[in-house]
Amino acid sequence: MSKIIYKKPECLTDATFHYCPGCSHGIVHKLICEVIDELGIQGETIAVEPVGCAVTAHDYFDFDVVQSAHGRAPAVATGIKRALPERIVFTYQGDGDLASIGTAETVHSATRGENITVIFINNTIYGMTGGQMAPTSLPGQVTQTSPYGRDTSTQGYPVRICEMLATLDGPSYISRVATDSVPHIKEAKKAIKKAFENQINGKGFSIVEILSTCPTNWGMSPLEAMQRLRDEMIPYYPLGVFKDVEEVNK
Amino acid sequence: MGEKVLMKGNEAIGEAAIRSGCKHFFGYPITPQTELSAYMAKKMPKIGGVFLQAESEIAAINMVYGAASAGVRTMTSSSSPGISLKSEGISYIAAADLPCVIVNIVRGGPGLGGIQPAQSDYFQATRGGGHGDYHLIVLAPNSVQELACLTADAFNISEEYGIPAMILGDGTLGQMMEPVDFDSIPEPVYADKPWAANGSDKKRPKNVVKTLFLDAHELETVVMDREKKYDIVKQELQRYEAHDIEDADVIISSYGITSRVVETAVEILKKDRIKVGVIRPITLWPFPEKIYKEVKPKAFLSVEMSTGQMVEDIKLASECSAPVYFFGRTGGVIPTPDEVVQKVKDIIKEVE
Amino acid sequence: MDNCEIILAGFGGQGILFTGKILSFAAMLKGKKLSWLPSYGPEMRGGTANCHVIIDDKPIGSPIVTKPNLLVVMNKPSLDKFEDAVAEGGIIFVDKSLIDREVKRKDIKAIYINATEHADNIGNKNLANMVMLGALIKTTDIFSIEEIEETMKKSLPASKQSLVQENMIAVKEGYNLV
Repeated sequence: MSKIIYKKPECLTDATFHYCPGCSHGIVHKLICEVIDELGIQGETIAVEPVGCAVTAHDYFDFDVVQSAHGRAPAVATGIKRALPERIVFTYQGDGDLASIGTAETVHSATRGENITVIFINNTIYGMTGGQMAPTSLPGQVTQTSPYGRDTSTQGYPVRICEMLATLDGPSYISRVATDSVPHIKEAKKAIKKAFENQINGKGFSIVEILSTCPTNWGMSPLEAMQRLRDEMIPYYPLGVFKDVEEVNK
Repeated sequence: MGEKVLMKGNEAIGEAAIRSGCKHFFGYPITPQTELSAYMAKKMPKIGGVFLQAESEIAAINMVYGAASAGVRTMTSSSSPGISLKSEGISYIAAADLPCVIVNIVRGGPGLGGIQPAQSDYFQATRGGGHGDYHLIVLAPNSVQELACLTADAFNISEEYGIPAMILGDGTLGQMMEPVDFDSIPEPVYADKPWAANGSDKKRPKNVVKTLFLDAHELETVVMDREKKYDIVKQELQRYEAHDIEDADVIISSYGITSRVVETAVEILKKDRIKVGVIRPITLWPFPEKIYKEVKPKAFLSVEMSTGQMVEDIKLASECSAPVYFFGRTGGVIPTPDEVVQKVKDIIKEVE
Repeated sequence: MDNCEIILAGFGGQGILFTGKILSFAAMLKGKKLSWLPSYGPEMRGGTANCHVIIDDKPIGSPIVTKPNLLVVMNKPSLDKFEDAVAEGGIIFVDKSLIDREVKRKDIKAIYINATEHADNIGNKNLANMVMLGALIKTTDIFSIEEIEETMKKSLPASKQSLVQENMIAVKEGYNLV
């Protein structure tokens, strides 16, 4: 007798990902779907997808999805959650979406303690438009729009979203995880699950920043990309929990 | 008829919206519409509704987009500069065929402009305002009572056609008080929303509310289907009020508060035995073009608080069967009845 | 007088808009057509405020009063601004306590009331607007004292019903001054 020990999550469709080889989106999609399966909330979940590579995430998610304008996902999610407080609403956003054009929506949904979950893919670059400098691009990082490397004297410094949001009273859970190794991916799943559980338990705004790769626009192989994440991104964007209301209460 | 209450226009919109089943209001402060937000802030908690002051007009309209996607009756309000900011979101709402009500209590523009009443957002409202091939249904009330009635209508119409509706008022209408009878406003008529992204409960396939179609032919089909819907709306929804148009030498058109100034002018003109008629568009989109093809005046006159934005719609609707004159004040200045009287007398001299 | 077009003007905080509302509400209770239109601008205490009230039997066209037949002024800038607009044969009510000049026009009637002073004498100078209202209804006979009292009772929220009596004392004071 053979038994099934591993299978694709139920709420992930059979559609083939359009993401490049070595891109973290596929990993994170799967983690989210596993969590939704485990929590048994597929029929209650509404995702808000961003503008960016995940703009067609609705092809892969087998639950209700609302596509939003660039950066506005937290406002759209606010509208949905206020209309349907019993439903589970999450946004899925990249760094350009969340930390540049949508900074106001991010900060204000966080400070309102809006009872939503935000999944934040930080890969230090604009992917969909072909590799431009992101608000999270590292100093010196070469992109299409920082061809000589990000010059902090004219192009400023990367935004550390978790650290910034942790200064607010509104959020209940702020965590940064990574997708570069199996242990980190396991940690990432735990964080995502907690961010959804918090919403189920009415604890308010939760955000998980996931350090991710973009091998194509970084000009690297998938393996080199994972190495860069480990060697360059994690030192600049330390992993960990930046706020956890439960911990504080203990 | 029920008991009348004395109310500001902005507040009457709020009360009418609540009576129309709107429990989700997303706003941002701006003069001269703030009383509407304040009214909603006071009333919504008492009826188990949501009033949320967003971080910006941009966020507010996107909250409306979210709430409308979830299938509830929802609205936002602003004034001219704020509507410009909302235009991105309005384009998305139109593209997703979502119902909602947007209130624009117009002030003078462009830029920060002023805060006094104006009608200079006519193009923005009737042509869409944001990017892409789309329209809003635009309703132009001219009294506090009509603000209430058309707000109720706006929710029903928007839901029936799946097109966002705009109430185009102005600072005067928003600020003035008149008696209102809320028992006479239209009852809510709810449409089914099988498309709503409100959680499937695993009882139906997933719903996706989206506006992106990367395949050009697919997008063309989606846009052309919407265009067919607009054609139906154009046939079914043209609203206007008209009088004395049969033998009029001059037919005056104006909408909103300006139409009240025109009525006062018409009274004066009639005393002088000048044959003047009135067509007052109530729907600005669809423009009530049919009636303009049925009349044969010697001249049309458009009176507006803008530099003449409605003139071209009158020309198109009348197919230039008579010259279209214009009189208007702008920047927040309201035309006086005497100015309109003088303009009509000048036109009569010219056309005779 | 049954119908009228009124401009009330003064400083913000004098209760100019409230006085206009009382007249409007009284007209509504009588089954009249009416409109009330405030000036609005950047919010500022002590800035100028005015409102336009039209009371009529037929539907009201423009709610903007360009030729008032009644003008109530409670500061000098308002008199300066609106005196010329008053229709021939109209009436101007001047709070003489606050305005140190006379009405220049000869084709209209001017009524001078020391409204602020009288309001102060009865214990609250913030009720000068009510003194002016009393003078206005007596002079024009547009509403009776009883109608104004009924209006106050019906228009003020439950939490402010205690003000009815105080207001009415001031209204009567003005009523008896002319």
